[in-house]
Amino acid sequence: MADAPKEPEKRAPLPDNVSRRVFLKGAGGLAAGGALGSQAVASQKASAEAPAKTRTVSGRIEIPLSINGEKRKVSVEPRTTLLSLLRVHLQPPLTGTKLVCDRGACGACTVHLDGEPAYSCSLLAIDCVGREITTVEGLGAPDALSPVQQAFCEKDALMCGFCTPGFVMSVSACLEKNPAADDDEVRAACSGNLCRCGTYPPIFAAAQAAGRKLQGGR
Amino acid sequence: MKSFELVMPKTLDEAIAALPESGQPTERVRVLAGGQDLLGEMKESLVTPERVVNLKTVPGIEGHEPTAEGGLRIGALTRLIDLERDEGLQGSHPMLVEAAAAVATPQIRSMGTLGGNLCQRPRCFYYRNPHSPCLKKGGTECFSYGGLNKYNAILGGGPSYIVHPSDVAPALVSYDAVFTLLGPAGEREVPADSFFTLPSSGEVTRENVLAANEIVTAVTLPAGREAWKATYLKVRERDSFDFALSAVALALKMNGDLIEQARLTLGGVAPKPWRCTSTEELLVGRKIDEETCRLAGEDALRMAEPLEQNGYKVPMTQGLIRRALQALAS
Repeated sequence: MADAPKEPEKRAPLPDNVSRRVFLKGAGGLAAGGALGSQAVASQKASAEAPAKTRTVSGRIEIPLSINGEKRKVSVEPRTTLLSLLRVHLQPPLTGTKLVCDRGACGACTVHLDGEPAYSCSLLAIDCVGREITTVEGLGAPDALSPVQQAFCEKDALMCGFCTPGFVMSVSACLEKNPAADDDEVRAACSGNLCRCGTYPPIFAAAQAAGRKLQGGR
Repeated sequence: MKSFELVMPKTLDEAIAALPESGQPTERVRVLAGGQDLLGEMKESLVTPERVVNLKTVPGIEGHEPTAEGGLRIGALTRLIDLERDEGLQGSHPMLVEAAAAVATPQIRSMGTLGGNLCQRPRCFYYRNPHSPCLKKGGTECFSYGGLNKYNAILGGGPSYIVHPSDVAPALVSYDAVFTLLGPAGEREVPADSFFTLPSSGEVTRENVLAANEIVTAVTLPAGREAWKATYLKVRERDSFDFALSAVALALKMNGDLIEQARLTLGGVAPKPWRCTSTEELLVGRKIDEETCRLAGEDALRMAEPLEQNGYKVPMTQGLIRRALQALAS
């Protein structure tokens, strides 16, 4: 099939000056790689002693992902970004994560990868195998909003709303680490998100309100 | 983004085996670390590799460990956010932590790596514009010279006037760090200051000596730098996140009130991290006072040749040098 791993020997002949050690280690790895199927991407946490097994993916491949706590299988290419996977390739899609600049400059596509905020436009979907992906849909639902989502509604922290999911993700990651984060800390956490309507004051007010709620206050 | 094949090696040797046979520059293959620069370049079609070699599948090249000589070896795949949060490093090597924290945004630092930050490409908009065939892309002209050059080099420019975009690089030059480069023939060690090249002395389409069949695998900080005072200061046009208009990485070994040894490297003003060797010598034996601040600023920018729109970088950089010295005096 088209996306079966290719034999790396054919693509990358080793140079003449390669050391014997490198050659043997490399050749063993290539043989192991060739014997592997193309189903699941092996865990990135494999120990250094495990048999080497380079995998090469070209064309489509089905990958297992964990999105908002659910196991999903999605067909992607190496070039598919996580953002593109969420909005286009996933069925049904998750369109809460927004496509705006697609260059890691605006923050509208922010998701959490293992709890850390990341730009989904600047991540290959294949690199997210084995990691927990959380999108704005994973924080809460319309009838059960998360404290941050609720606070954004109550403080009217949006105008056009396109940047909002990204801000909600950045504020949530910040308060997850420190519910008592002060305004400076929240602003630093949101430094990678842009709001072209300029709704920053209510966004930061919402963050403080959500922080108080998360600490058990009102 | 154009289609490519993604190689996911499990060892560094396998990663090297997937790189081109020759070390000559090539557009065919790219190494992927955090991807925060490379994916943007690929989306703009500035590079359209047939093969991308993903280092994130190689275990054991992140984190840091002490060396037998008392230094600190940091894996190239260490994320910037892990440097920023490392309490041990905050105490022992604050300049590196400050530089890592000054990079871009939390989202980029959570994916971006140390090695990737050092190997990122320039941000000059003539380079980043896919429709401008500038010198950096193999064209015949640097359009910033005589064009829009507010963000370009005041030192070391010509024939290209890009500035090196890394925050971490000037700090590593001032720490006398050594980079480990792995290639088909094995490892080689390159001092940080020799890793980066000027357009006039190196290949004009590149910013460093890394060959197409090599990977930066580690950065080693020499022993004893814990005892130095050091700081990284950066000025941005947009404070929330931006590349440096100017930056200063200053490290001083003090003997009481007197400077015993100094390292001063500038960022954002030259096509490579700009080491100010004569200023370092000038500082030795001096106290940090008003005259020292003035002399250091004058000496460091003595060779500056601003273009039409970036003369402001001269006093800005002198001000940063002053602030850095004053910060380390207290």
